Amino acid sequence: MSKILPYPLLSLFLLVMWLLLQQSVGLGHILLGALIAILAGRAMAALQPERPRIRKIGKIVELIWLVSLDILRSNIAVARLVIAGKRRDTTSGFLVLPLELRDRSALAVLACIITATPGSAWLEYDAARGSVLIHVLDLVDEQAWVDIIKNTYERLLLEIFQ
Amino acid sequence: MMDIPVWLAIIVGLLSLIGAVLTLLGCLGLARFDSFYERIHAPTLGTSFGSIAVLLASILYFSVSGQRFAAHEIIILIFVSVTTPVTMMLLARAALYRDRAEGNAIVPRSAGDALENAAAGDDIPQPSSPQ
Amino acid sequence: MSSDILHWSLLISQVLLALAMVAAATRMIRGPRAQDRILGLDAFYVAAMLMLVLFGIRIGSSVYFEVALVIGILGFVGTVALAKFLMRGEVIE
Repeated sequence: MSKILPYPLLSLFLLVMWLLLQQSVGLGHILLGALIAILAGRAMAALQPERPRIRKIGKIVELIWLVSLDILRSNIAVARLVIAGKRRDTTSGFLVLPLELRDRSALAVLACIITATPGSAWLEYDAARGSVLIHVLDLVDEQAWVDIIKNTYERLLLEIFQ
Repeated sequence: MMDIPVWLAIIVGLLSLIGAVLTLLGCLGLARFDSFYERIHAPTLGTSFGSIAVLLASILYFSVSGQRFAAHEIIILIFVSVTTPVTMMLLARAALYRDRAEGNAIVPRSAGDALENAAAGDDIPQPSSPQ
Repeated sequence: MSSDILHWSLLISQVLLALAMVAAATRMIRGPRAQDRILGLDAFYVAAMLMLVLFGIRIGSSVYFEVALVIGILGFVGTVALAKFLMRGEVIE
């Protein structure tokens, strides 16, 4: 198993992508897709990436749900800011945040979440200090942002990955 | 255009309108905001729920009218939502690096900035480093 | 009736997306710095991609989705390459 399929999830994902692209589930496509998925999985093994350890799969659903809600809310907030245009005062600002998260995959997920939310953008992670620089568009209540990121996302990611 | 039920036409039309309006607002924000770091927030409007709405409209239309299973939209959706944060982060880091190299005041320079740069190693190359 | 609703809402959406592309293009032209132009390009190709999806619904053809996918992939690679270039190379402005 581990020799032929070092990354079963990745290979499965690639196979599904291949079938979606071809828009068919014919035997030929499944065979070709499986061949590509197996070869790509072995190529991935040659790169020797760090294996993420996922502890609680159930929490992932909760995370996705929370992120979708937050992105929706943030969409509306940013749309309002754009409509308000020049009349508003600029309230954007930088935020330096210390993180307890050290797992690299977890940090990557957190970076994607924060950047995909329209109101905030991940700028830089300092591995030596474990702190992160974030730019927030509407920085009225700094503590609220710290709360959301630290108490919701970081706590969930800590539970999932460590 | 196929003949489809009225309720579906209304839903598809509304979803495509919502997506287009969100994308337009994102691009307007891109044109209107003052600094680069504010502008980097704007296009995510179009890439998050803007594209979700438009692609959902397309999925509904093609699935219900029975022409084909909406597979390509799912791929586009996965692709857009995975790639946008990556491009935004790379661009933000490039901007940060350039602003720091020029010594612009708007970018925060923490007390141990030189130390930070050294600690980050090849992540943030020194301006004077030979290429 | 239903094709009328669909026709007009798709037309309006496409006009809005065209306006979005104009806004992104102004940012691309006005700059002021290279990173702003790249950001404009990024927003521009996303709007173009959504525009093609709407064309696909309008015509009822799946060919447009392949085009949209190619635009998405090329746009992503292009933006990443340009951003990397800003970090490592010298840019003449």
